[in-house]
Amino acid sequence: MDQVSFFLAATVRMATPLMIAALGLVVSERAGLMNIGVEGTMLAGAFAAFSVSAFTGNYWLGILCAMLAGCVMALLFAFTSITLRTPQIVIGAAVNMLGSGLTAVLFRKLFFDAATGGIQVATFPALPIPLLHAIPILGSILFNHNVIVYIGMLLVPALWFIMNRTSTGLKIIAVGEHPRAADSMGVNVFRTRYAATLFSGVLMGLAGGYLSIAQANSFNVDMTGGKGYIAMAIVVLGKWTPGGVAGGALLFGGANALQMTLQNLGLGIPNNIIMMVPYIVTILAVLTASRHRVIDAGAKGIPYIKV
Amino acid sequence: MNVVEMRGIYKYFSDTCANKNVDFSLRKGEIHALLGENGAGKSTLMNILYGLYTYDAGTITVNGARVDMENPATAIRHGIGMVHQHFMLIPQLTVTQNIFLCAKEAGFVLNMPTLEARVEEMNRRFGFRVDPSAFVWQLPVGIQQKVEILKALARNIRILILDEPSAVLTPKESDELFSTLQSLVREGYSVILITHKMQEVLDFSDRVTVMRAGEVVDTLNVSDTDAHALANMMVGREVFLQRQTKPQPTGEPMLEVCDLTVKNDKKLDWVKNISFQVRAGEIVGIAGVDGNGQLELGEAIAGGRTLESGSIRLCGKDITRSSIRRRLDMGLAHIPDDRQKKGLVLQFPIKDNILLSGQRSKQYANGFFLNTKKIEARTRTLVERFDVRPTDINLPAGSLSGGNQQKVILAREVDRGGKVLLAFQPTRGLDIGAIEFVRAKLVEERAKGAAILLISTDLDEIRSLSDRILVMYEGHITGELPYNAPLEQIGLMIAGHDTTTIEKARGDVQ
Repeated sequence: MDQVSFFLAATVRMATPLMIAALGLVVSERAGLMNIGVEGTMLAGAFAAFSVSAFTGNYWLGILCAMLAGCVMALLFAFTSITLRTPQIVIGAAVNMLGSGLTAVLFRKLFFDAATGGIQVATFPALPIPLLHAIPILGSILFNHNVIVYIGMLLVPALWFIMNRTSTGLKIIAVGEHPRAADSMGVNVFRTRYAATLFSGVLMGLAGGYLSIAQANSFNVDMTGGKGYIAMAIVVLGKWTPGGVAGGALLFGGANALQMTLQNLGLGIPNNIIMMVPYIVTILAVLTASRHRVIDAGAKGIPYIKV
Repeated sequence: MNVVEMRGIYKYFSDTCANKNVDFSLRKGEIHALLGENGAGKSTLMNILYGLYTYDAGTITVNGARVDMENPATAIRHGIGMVHQHFMLIPQLTVTQNIFLCAKEAGFVLNMPTLEARVEEMNRRFGFRVDPSAFVWQLPVGIQQKVEILKALARNIRILILDEPSAVLTPKESDELFSTLQSLVREGYSVILITHKMQEVLDFSDRVTVMRAGEVVDTLNVSDTDAHALANMMVGREVFLQRQTKPQPTGEPMLEVCDLTVKNDKKLDWVKNISFQVRAGEIVGIAGVDGNGQLELGEAIAGGRTLESGSIRLCGKDITRSSIRRRLDMGLAHIPDDRQKKGLVLQFPIKDNILLSGQRSKQYANGFFLNTKKIEARTRTLVERFDVRPTDINLPAGSLSGGNQQKVILAREVDRGGKVLLAFQPTRGLDIGAIEFVRAKLVEERAKGAAILLISTDLDEIRSLSDRILVMYEGHITGELPYNAPLEQIGLMIAGHDTTTIEKARGDVQ
C-alpha cells in the first residue's frame, strides 16, 4: 500500500512540471505559434529560480524570476517569429541552444565548485493542506505537496475556462485558426499572439523553476533532460485541451514515477532498462495520438502579414 | 444622401496599381453593384473601405465625417460590415462564438445561453434558420454565408458589403440571399454588391459602378443601362462570345480512344467502354454534368490514371502504357481542370511555370543546366503574346488573377507545339474577357491543325467551340451531335435521356 501511494504521489510530483509547460504550449499553439523552444525556456526558468534563490535565500523571489526569465525567452521568440516572421522552428531551436548554453556557462562561472559539485538552495517546502491532507491515501497523494503543484492543479480548470468561456479564449483560437478572419472582426492578431506567447513563456519558466527549487534543490547543466520535448508530445496527446494535457502529463509523470519505484523495489532489472520507461511511453503515446484526428490550430507556424 | 464617399483612392501592391484614383459613393437604402472582371480592383476597393487593406492615397467619408480606416474595428465602429468571398469564419468555433467574437457586449466571461438567445432573436427578425450552437465546420456554405451576414448585423452595421456572394451558392440559395438583401434595404440598410454576374446587377441593384483595370469606368442607374452596354464597359471593347469557328477540312485521326474503361477513386468503373477519335483540325466537345466520368477520362488520356482496359493512340502510336513524359514528348498538350492544383506551382514565378515540362528541351536547357536567359526571353515573348498581366515574369503565379493564371498555362501548353490539345474546363471561373481570350486561342490552334478534345460542363462553351459534340452520361458516351444541335436536345441527353428517344425526336422533326 505504501508503495502504491508513494508511486501515485510521485506521479503527481513528476507530472507537475510537464503539465505546466504543456499548458503554456497549449495557449501558444492554439494562438498559432509552434514554440519548440520549451526546453531552453524551461532551463532559463530553472536557472533563474536557482540563482535568485541562492543569492537571496527567497524561493518566492526565485520562482518569480523563473517566470520572468521564461517571459524574456518567449519575448525573443515572439519578436522574431511574429514581428520579423522568421521560421518558428529555427527560432525555437535557437532558443533551446541559447537556454542550454547560457545557463551552462553562467552556472559554471557563478556557482560551480569542484569540491562540492554544486550548492544547495532554499526550496519550496511541502505544504499539507489543512484537513484535506489527512484523508487516508488520497490526502498523501494529492494534498501533501509544495505550493507549485497546487498552482498547477488550479491552472487546468482555469485555462479550460479561459479558452472555452471567455472572449480572450475565443480570440486566441481565432488568431490560431484563421488570423485574417480574426483581424476582419477587429481582433488585434499581433497583440493576441504576443500575449499568448508571453503567457506560455511564463508557464514554461514556472515549470523550469519547479525543477530546480521545488522538486530538487539545485541546478544541473541541462537538468530539464528532454522534459520540454515531452511536454510537446503531451500537447499532441492531450489534443490541445487543458484537461487532455493534464491526463497526458499524469501518464508521463506515472512513467517517471514507475521508473523510480521500480528502482526502489530492486527487482534486479538493469537500471538502464528501467530508465527507458518514460521514453518508451512517449513514443507509444505519440504513435497512438497521431492516429486520431487532431484539432490543431489551422494557421500554426504561419506568420500573419497585414496587406 | 451618401452614406459612403470614397475619393481619389490609390492602392499599390508592390509595383502594381490595384486602385487608381477611384471615386465611389453609396446612397442610403440602395443596392449598389460594383461590377468588373476578376482583377479589376473591386475587392481591393472594398477591403480598403472595410479597413482590411491599407491605402496609399485618398479620403473616405462615412455619414459625412472623414474616417481614417485603420482596421476593420474602425469600419465596424462606423457601421460598415463585409461578407467576404472566402468566408471569414473560424471553423472550430460555434455560430454564436463567431458572431460575438470581439464584440463589446459579449464581455470577458461569455454567457453562452444569453448570446445564443440573441442569435435566435436575429434569426426571427431576418428570417434565417441558423443553429446558434452548431460548429461552423459542420455547416453547408449557404448557411455559413448567413452566419457571415448575422455577424455583421450583430454589430449594428448599417452598410453591408458582399463580395461575390452568389459564387458559392446554389440557385435556390442565391434567390434566398437576394430576397434577404432586398428586405434589408427596405429597412434602411445600404448594400454594396461586388459581382461579375450581369444578371445580379440587372435584377437586384439600384445603381452600378463599373470598374476596369483598377479604375472606375462609370456609375449609372441600372434602369438607364442594359447588359450589352455594361459588358462593353467592363471589358472595354465589344464582347464577342458567339461561335467563331469556320468549317474546315479535318486531317488524320490524332487521338484515338478505343474501348476505354477506367475506375474512379472509389475503385468503381466510371468510364465504361468509350471509343472516339479526334482528327487534326477539329474540336471535339465532351458535354456532360460534372461527375459523369469526364474527369477520369481526361486523366486517363493525360496519363495520370491507369486504365482497366482499352487502348489510346496518339498521332497513330499506341500510348496506352506510356508515361506522362512520353505522352508530352509525343505531342500531347494538357490544360487541366484545376489550374491552381494541377496546372501551376503557385509559389513559382511565372517564368518557372512556363518552363515546367520544358526543362529537358533544347529550347530551355543545355543538357543538365538551365539556360536562364533563354527561359526569360521566351517567357517575355509569351507573356506579351498571351496578354498575361501583370507582365513581371518574376511574380509568383499565385499572385495572378484566375484568368491570367489560365493564360500562363495556355501559353505553356500551346507553345510546346502539341498536336493534340486536351482542354479540360478551360474557362471555369474566368471573367468574360479571359473566357473570350482562351476560346479564341483554342480556335486559333484548331486552325493551325491541332486536334482538340474539349471537356466542359458549360454547354454554351461546348456549342460555341466544338465541331462535334459527344455527350457523356454515367461513364458512357450516349450520343454524338452536330455543333448546331438544339440546346434542349443536349440538355436532355446530359440529363440521361437515352439517344434512341432523341434520335426519334430528331426524326419526327425532320
